[in-house]
Parts: sequence; structure tokens; C-alpha cells
Amino acid sequence: MSEDNEKQEFNITVYTENQIGLLNRIAIIFTRRKINIDSLNTSPSEIEHIHRFNIVITESEDVVRKLTRQIEKQVEVLKVYYHTNEDVIWQEMALYKVSTDVIAEKVSVERLLRENGARAVVIRKDYTVFETTGHREETDNLISILQPYGLIEFVRSARVAIIKDSDGFNRKLREFERLEPGEDVIENEYLNQGQKVFTM
Amino acid sequence: METQTIVQEIGEITQQSVKSQEVEVSGSVALLEALIVEGVDTIFGYPGGAIMPIYDALFDYNDKLNHILVRHEQGGIHAGQGYARSSGKVGVVFATSGPGATNLVTGLADAQIDSTPLVCITGQVFAHLLGTDAFQETDVINITTPVTKWNYQVTDANEIPEVIAKAFYIAKSGRPGPVLIDITKNAQIQLFNYKGYTKCNHIRSYRPKPIVRSQYIQEAAALINEAKKPFILFGQGVILGSAEQEFKAFVEKSGIPAAWTVLGAGAIPTDHPLNVGMLGMHGNYGPNVLTNECDVLIAIGMRFDDRVTGRLDKYAKQAKVIHLDIDPAEIDKNVKSTVPVWGDCKETLPLLTAAVEAKQHTEWLAKFNDYTRQEVEQVIEKELNPTTVEMTMGEVIKQLNEITKGEAIIVTDVGQHQMVACRYAKLNKTRSNVTSGGLGTMGFALPAAIGAKFGAQDRTVVAIIGDGGFQMTCQELGTIMQSGIDVKIIILNNRFLGMVRQWQELFNSRRYSFVDIQSPDFVALAAAYRIPGRCIDDRKDLPAALNEMLSNKGSFLLEVMVTKENNVFPMVPQGCSVSEIRLK
Repeated sequence: MSEDNEKQEFNITVYTENQIGLLNRIAIIFTRRKINIDSLNTSPSEIEHIHRFNIVITESEDVVRKLTRQIEKQVEVLKVYYHTNEDVIWQEMALYKVSTDVIAEKVSVERLLRENGARAVVIRKDYTVFETTGHREETDNLISILQPYGLIEFVRSARVAIIKDSDGFNRKLREFERLEPGEDVIENEYLNQGQKVFTM
Repeated sequence: METQTIVQEIGEITQQSVKSQEVEVSGSVALLEALIVEGVDTIFGYPGGAIMPIYDALFDYNDKLNHILVRHEQGGIHAGQGYARSSGKVGVVFATSGPGATNLVTGLADAQIDSTPLVCITGQVFAHLLGTDAFQETDVINITTPVTKWNYQVTDANEIPEVIAKAFYIAKSGRPGPVLIDITKNAQIQLFNYKGYTKCNHIRSYRPKPIVRSQYIQEAAALINEAKKPFILFGQGVILGSAEQEFKAFVEKSGIPAAWTVLGAGAIPTDHPLNVGMLGMHGNYGPNVLTNECDVLIAIGMRFDDRVTGRLDKYAKQAKVIHLDIDPAEIDKNVKSTVPVWGDCKETLPLLTAAVEAKQHTEWLAKFNDYTRQEVEQVIEKELNPTTVEMTMGEVIKQLNEITKGEAIIVTDVGQHQMVACRYAKLNKTRSNVTSGGLGTMGFALPAAIGAKFGAQDRTVVAIIGDGGFQMTCQELGTIMQSGIDVKIIILNNRFLGMVRQWQELFNSRRYSFVDIQSPDFVALAAAYRIPGRCIDDRKDLPAALNEMLSNKGSFLLEVMVTKENNVFPMVPQGCSVSEIRLK
């Protein structure tokens, strides 16, 4: 296991019931410890009525473990997983608004955008909006390239991530719906399989 | 009468549910029917505009639901807590919207951190007025989100039966906690087709307790069997899980000395031979020092609060820690455990008892007794048998013990008197110690004593309160007067905010910044509320005064003037390790 006290980026995945006010309940667990949320995405999951949160923070594993247990304690939360960047497949979307004149005049800009996988979403007389999907470094790179050419506006989306080893939540949900406590639901079964983690 | 018809139409009230042909009732009636099925018999509350429909329905339920009118909603919720602590049932509190609901927040925070099962029902403005800054409207749900286990706003009467069922299930299952249900006025008035009430026993996203993993029991037992200096720390979890018998069996078979946290007091009787004393900042000498000498530490139903551990980096580092707790978030939160035993201690303890060997640790136990001897010589003797002119708090408790013989419920407020009372009170039974532990809410004791008495009518309830704390919720004397409840009140008056003064003396060079508090004539105040009382300042009057108080038919207030500047020792100063406990 990596050094417990070193801070690194963690992706926290939370499966919840679709309940008003749950976002607040989860957010205050972070603000209470004065932890900045780098990215927060909440959207319906692959199962009807189940919501999925993707939260990115930079903290030590020790703190993240305690946080995930406190989130899981909330009544409307079904399950919480945490992973480093290596264990998830993730994407962030970004939109760039550039003046159309610049694109028209400078062929190099157009070539740059195409090379970086940007596709045009909207083309108007005065501005063009491009979209890229990818990782932080790629987006940052493109911003720095576009800045000198007059980037009018830029917005980055929250991160969405899929855990590499998981096979969805459907099976797990059936376990939760059973009346008796049933078999144990293991914490982070995808993480450190062989390691003796405290299993729940 | 109207009510009779409805009850008959709704049909036979069974244990689990109220089945009926559909009946049209209002949301308020459905709420009250739900409370009855859940076994509620006492409600502490204060009416107001937004909760009027519920109170109107309550008017017809006089024979089934006993409503106690308090004088402040905070008094109401502390009373609900006292009721829950002494009876083990869920405390129910009613309050109106706006200021009524916000007055509950302190009590909710207190119940949350001390894991007390409560269901609070607050009125709310009409649904169409939400978010418009209407009269007495506040965003109760968002205000109480951090201090409740669960909360929910009901805007449609159809939701009421299901939500109340969920509320009670959540409040009392797993690690108990407070639940708040905010019901808008339209939902209270709205008529709907009531199909009966079914208790809740499963929520798919909520796992109150697990199936116990026998692997961990075996590992824990192995560690315990090999241990030369094992030590048990126990807390409120043993009481909340109703596992006192199982715990006693475990302690007696394994022969391991056991020490308690403030909230765990009374889980085994004070004078049990293996009960070695109190943990924590003002705990006993032996348990604190020997924590850093044991080889296996078994923590049962306690959460390693910072008052108990002192400096975490110097706490039991040499020991293997076995942590039995029902809340998985508490395990490994403060102290890293070697063997985590996640589960309800009522289930895990018998399994563990079966797996451990019957033993006696005579030499190790003798070490505790040795420290106790030192503590008695240097600290306890002076406190319980003082030679000073003025009385000490300790001697009042000692005298009280002799008369109540450890059978009474002791309710304490917060401060020096709390520590003295918890250290020296003799408790024979469980659910005998009611105090504000995690939050340390001053003003807790008086209303909590009222609730505790309602929850345990056959036991004597004695509230021990400081002169500061009493003034925070003294309006509840009105509740005592009106309800006629029998609560014995002892005010230990040292004319100071004692605990803060002690810290100012020890750490701030006696710079007594605003701890010098003046009090009214408490006996006259009680008399104004038609409660008899007496004030004494001479120790020769103490036994007679206590007897007068305890034998009085009805409530009685006894003010005891104690020495002004006395300190509670032993003490583990903040930021120090438990080994650095001071005796003076």
C-alpha cells in the first residue's frame, strides 16, 4: 500500500438513492474537514432511481478512507468506493470559445485544434465553440496553446470515472434489497485484493 | 366521540401494523396513529402556529398520548433525551416552525454525538410558502442536516405513514441517533386515504448492523488468551445494545479489569471487583496510566473520544487493539485497531466469551488496586472526607450514595460537578447515569431529569447541577410545576463557572476572566414555581437535608454551598498523554 500520509488525487464513487438534499449531506462531510472538492459530478447511474456521484479530492489515503466510511454511514447512501487515478478510466470535457476571425485567418490554429482532437460544436460569424474530451493535462495544454490567440471563454466539466475492475452495481443492489444482512459486502473489493484491509 | 369512531374504523391495532379498510384521515391523525403503533406514550413539546393542526388532533388523544408542555423547545428536546436514556425507548419531541425548530438544534447536536434515539416532529409553513421568507419559516432541513442521523420534509400527507416508520427505524437501529421530520402545514391538514401503518424494518441503502465475521472473533480471542496484561475499555455501546449481561459474562470469564467512559458508567455495577474505574481527562489514576502499559486493549462500545485518549500519538501504542463497535466509521477513526470486530456487541460478546479461556489476572489487577490506593490517599480522601470548613462536591455525592444506596438515576449537568458526580456516584444498575458527554451542553440536566423520570417512573431521579448550568434552563421548573413530576434537584453552588475557573487557575495564571457568576436565591426561585427547597452550607445539615429531599412527596430543590475554589483531580491536561495524568 502506498505511503498512508502522502496526499494524492483520489476518485470517490458514491452510489445513492435519488433523494433531494443528499448532495448537501455528502458535501458537508468534506467541508467539515476543510477539504476542497476538486471536481463533483452527480448523475443517474445505469440503474433506475440510483444516482452516482464522482468526487475528486487531493488527500492522503488515511483521510480518504475515513471520509468514505462517514459518507457510507448516511442513510441514503448505498455504497462508496475510492480509487487512485490508476484504477479508474476517467474523462473530463471542456468547451472553448474562440473568435471565428482568428480561426479563419490563422490556419495554424485550426490545425492545432484538429491535432488535439477538438471538434467544433457551434460555428457562428463572431465565435466558434470547440469541445475536447480527455484528461486534465491535454486540456491544460490546449488552453495554453489557445491563450495567445485570444481565447474568449473556457469551461471545464466535472470528471466522470469508471472503476476498471468493477462489473456494475446491479448485482450489489440485489444484495442490498434482501431483507436479512446477507453476505458481507466488502469494502473496496477491487482495491488491493490480497491485502488484509478492514473488510466490511 | 369522534376519535372513538376513527379508532374503531381503523381497526384492531396490531403489533406490526394498523390494517384497515381505507379510512379518510388528516395527516395529523395519521401521524398520531403512527406514534401509538410505535409504542410512544410520552411526547415533550411546545405548540405554535405551524404545528397547530397536529396539536388539534392531539387534543383527542389525551388518553393514549401523554403530552408534556415544556417552557422552551431546548428543554423539550433535552427531556426527550433524558427519557430515551432512562427507558431505552425513542424520545419524541414536537416543536413549531422557525424559532421552535432552531431551538432544537443544540439538543439534536447533543443527541447526535451521544447516539441517543430521538424523533423530532417540527411544523413548517404551507408548502407553497417555502422559500419565501414567510412568517416563522426557516430552512430547518438544511440547518439540521449536520446534526441529525436523517431528516426529511413532508409536503404531502400520503407520505406520512411511510416516513414516520422510516424515522423510527433509523432512530433506534444500529448506532441510534436523532431524526427530524419537518411536516408542512398543508400536509398536516390534508385528508387522504389511510390504509394503515406498517413498521419499517428494512431500508435498502441502510445497513445498521452486519452479520458477524467469525474470523475476527477467533483472532480477537486468540489475542486475549495470550495476553498477560489485557485491559477492557467500555462505553455507552454496551448500554445502547442492551448487552450488560453479555458484557458482565465476558468480563467475569476472562478476568480482565474493565474501565468505563462517562457514558458507559453503570453498565456493570460500580463496586464489581473487576470494575477498575473511570477513563478520561478526569478519570481515575490507574486506568489512565495503565492504558500505556497493557498489552491487549479491548474497546467495547466506545469511540476513543479525545477526552479519553489525550494525545493520540502517545496512546496505547504498545498494545494490540481489539475494537468492538456497531459503527464501522468509528473503527480505525482515532485509534488503529489490530482486530476490528464490527457488529452489535449483544451478538459479538457471547461469541467472544465462548472463545476466550476462563482466567484470572490477579497480579495485573493488583496493579490497578495499587494505583487506586495512591489515588485515594492523595486525592479522593480529601474530596470525600474533607477537613475544610466548607463542603466539597465529593462529600455531597458520598452522602447521597449512602442514602440512595446506588439505586437512583443520577442526572448531571456539565462542569466540575459533572466530573465529581460521575467519578464518585455509586451505580448498581444500568441506565443510571444521564449526562451530556460528547457535546457538554450546560443546562442539560434539569430538563433531562424531567424526561428521565417520565422514562423510569419507578426509580428515584436525582439531578446534580452547577449554579451556572442551572441558570441556563431554569425555566423548566415550570414544567416540573405543571406536570407534577417528582425530580430531586441538588445545586452544587460554588459561585463560579468551576471548570473554566480551574483551567484559568492551572493554565492562565489565575486570570479569572468572567467566570465569577452571581446567582439568584435558588430556593426562592423554586418557591416561586411552588417547589419546596432548602439551602445549606454546613456539613452537619447535609444528611438531614438529603433525607428531606429524598423523602419529599414530589420535587425538591436542595442548594448546597460548596467551597469556591476547588479543583477536580486527577487531570490529564489537554495535549498531554494519559501517562502524564496529574494528581494535583
